[in-house]
Parts: sequence; structure tokens; C-alpha cells
Amino acid sequence: MCIGIPGQIVALYEKQGDHAWAEVCGLRREVNIALVCEDEPAALVGCWVLIHVGFALSRLDEREARQTLAALHAMGEVETDVALFLRGGEER
Amino acid sequence: MRFVDEFRDPQLAKTLLEQLHQRAGLLPYTADKPLQIMEVCGGHTHAIFKFGLDKLLPPQLEFIHGPGCPVCVLPMGRIDACCEIAAHPEVIFCTFGDALRVPGQHGSLAQARERGADIRVVYSPLDGLRLARENPARQVVFFALGFETTQPVTAVTLQQARRERLTNFSIFCQHISLMPTLRSLLSQDDVRIDAFLAPGHVSMITGAAPYHFINQEFGKPLVISGFEPLDMLQSVLMLVKQVCEASCKTENQYRRVVPEQGNLLAQKAMREVFTLTGSSEWRGLGMIERSGISLTSAYATFDAEHRFSPQAQPVADDPRSRCGEVLTGRCKPHQCPLFGTGCTPHNAFGALMVSSEGACAAWFQYRHREAAIASLPQHKQQQKVSQDE
Repeated sequence: MCIGIPGQIVALYEKQGDHAWAEVCGLRREVNIALVCEDEPAALVGCWVLIHVGFALSRLDEREARQTLAALHAMGEVETDVALFLRGGEER
Repeated sequence: MRFVDEFRDPQLAKTLLEQLHQRAGLLPYTADKPLQIMEVCGGHTHAIFKFGLDKLLPPQLEFIHGPGCPVCVLPMGRIDACCEIAAHPEVIFCTFGDALRVPGQHGSLAQARERGADIRVVYSPLDGLRLARENPARQVVFFALGFETTQPVTAVTLQQARRERLTNFSIFCQHISLMPTLRSLLSQDDVRIDAFLAPGHVSMITGAAPYHFINQEFGKPLVISGFEPLDMLQSVLMLVKQVCEASCKTENQYRRVVPEQGNLLAQKAMREVFTLTGSSEWRGLGMIERSGISLTSAYATFDAEHRFSPQAQPVADDPRSRCGEVLTGRCKPHQCPLFGTGCTPHNAFGALMVSSEGACAAWFQYRHREAAIASLPQHKQQQKVSQDE
């Protein structure tokens, strides 16, 4: 039920101030932005948001996403060393 | 899709699983007495079955499928009340599709629709507002169902209705709060849960602070997790590390979506529109204190129960089903006597079989076929698999 889909805000919606157009999987959808709009709505254009039942509920933090992935990529090497250390280096 | 595909990378999943198997080997848990990790959210349950994550885990770890699916904990009496309101000839009753087939004592909303009630499936509560504007002579009732993820959405919808002075729009409020349920679950004697995967999308609204009691009062580690396979495997690894280090804290794996403070605008909207009111009934779990949500006095006129005074009564859970035990991790879906016979996704007896996020429906969809094939003699198994494909 609490499904969220990532979409990118591509334009503001002329007829209603707290609505915008978001692109989701190549399709344009009208979304309510009242809950992610802390300042000027125009600042949201280009941002990625998480959409739930027609509302943008969170701005996706691209820097955090990149950091999580980078940490996962780096994990292979570091973690193997740690695991070996924890087991007293029995595989050496 | 952006922020989805990256978190399904099979090579990274393999690396994570290797780490997980190495670490789990150091735990004082065994296949017979595994570390039990409750994934609270139905979205996580669905992802676990869809991607087969439970089968990839080391034998020392086990997922317990928790109560975080609003449809699954929806009591029968509440469905009866919805059907009663929907039967008024002036009413257009709007609901999310998930709730349509949940059985009440007197049938489901889908059956009420067959009997002539004007029941419409909507994608968003804003669709309900639009229907109210377009049909000034009708009363539009929106079935507001869900945890903290969906509450701010209903709140903003009601703020809009109030600004527009819409007098023919109201909600049937079945919003519930997740934290009191976790407290109630942890307070039960024979429930053995060692660690929690916390729901990412509830957390993006509430932030991390409301979970701290789970660490401080109950001594259980918790990780807020995203919904892709890498998110979930990384979260499980974070939990295993906490257990190895004997630490017990709330960590946030899903930082790209969940800010530490949650969504402050959403919290403000919820405070304006909703208030916590006493206890609330949960299907399979009984009454839970301080888990029910109702409208504040400023919004009381939008309460469909005030407007239509439904007479439906609470209904006791049917003793033949074991929904409550499945919800609390005391039994697996297929161990219920009704599973797959008296209760299937097409003809559900309990709500866990209705929603695709329910543990029983997920088990039925992804495990039942495998079990049926496994019970065939060897030479027939291959035949059956190729037939199905």
C-alpha cells in the first residue's frame, strides 16, 4: 500500500499552484507538490521526487543515492578483509 | 527506471550475500533457532517473495512477515460500515483498489457494488475531490485507509476540500498509526523477534526518532530500509553487524528518501487534521491502545461516520483462521488449515490473502506452485515446469 514511485518534476501546472507535471517511466502525470515545496515551486523543476497516490512525498537525494551505491561497490574489498580478520585469518 | 535499476544490480547483490553469509556464520544462531528479523511493511514482504530474498539468506537468518499492510489488519466490522454507507443512494463511495475485495461479515465492497452500490476505485483521494466537484447533488465519501505514508495525503485533500467549502465530500477514516502496533507486538510474551527492518515510506514521513523506543525499551536493533533487493540485503547486513557488535540502534539505510527528521510539512498537515484517539481494533491483533486516528474538531464535519451513522458492529475474528498468528510470526502462512483450500486469493477468507502485500497472498503466489511441483515424482516435476513455462 505504501508504494512509492520515483518521478522527475518537469514543469509546473499552470491551473493549480500546488500541482506540477512529473515524468514517470516516460509518461507525464499531474502530481500534488504541497508536501515537498518548502520555497518557490519553480525550484522543484528538474528534481526527482517519490510519488505516492498522486502526491510527491519526498525529494530524492541524488548525493545520498550515489553514496549508498558507492559504498556497496567499495564493500567487496573492505568487507572480505574484515571477515577474514574476524575469523582469525584462518583462510590465509 | 532511475533509483530502481541501480539497486537491482545482480553483481552487487552477490557481493552483499557473500558478506551476509560470512557474517552470519559468526552469529550464535542456527538453522533450527535462527535470528528472526521482522520486516514490518507489506511492501517489503512482497519484495522478499518477488525476488526470492528469503531463499538467498544464510540459514541462520529468517524473515518474519509483520503487520504493516493496512488492508491485512482491516477489521470486518469496518468493511461492514463502509458497505452500509455505500448503500445510501446519494453516495458515491471511493476506495483504493486494495480494499475492494476484503471480506466483511456481510461481504466485501466488491459484492456491495454488485448489489448496486455506486463504489468507485480511485488512484488518489484527489480523484474523490474531483468527483465531489463534478457531482454536486451526490455525497462523495473517500475510504481513507493507511499508515503514516498515506495520512498526510488525506490531510492535504481535506485542507483543499475545506478551502473550497465542499459540503458533499467526507472521509471514512481508517488511518492507523504504526508505532503503537510495534509496541503492542513487542509487549506480547511469546513473540520472539530479534531485529526489525523498518518501513521506508512510513519513515520518510515520520523520520527516525519514533523508532528509538524499540532500541531503548526493548533492546532490539532496527534499520530503516528501502524496497529494492540491494536495499533490503544491505539493511539485513547492517542488522547482522549490529547483532555481532552487540549494539542496538536505529540506522537508516534508505537515506536517499528518508531524511532524519522525516517530512516536516507532512507532519504539520497531519497535526492540523488528525488526532490520536484511544484504541483501535486491528484484524488478527485485537484492540491496540493509542493506535486509532480521527479528525480534529476543525475537520469533524468531514467525518462520514458522523454524517451517515453506520450501525455496523465489531466482528470477532473467525477462530478457524490463523491470521493473527501469521501476523505475529507465530506460524507460517501454509501452516494455517485454510491456506490454499478455504482461503485463496480468488476467494479470500482472511485479509492476509487479499492484498498482494499480505504474507499469505505472497506465499500463495510465489511458493504454492513450487510446493505443488515439489510434491510430484521427480520425472513429472520437469514435465510440469516445462508445461507451465
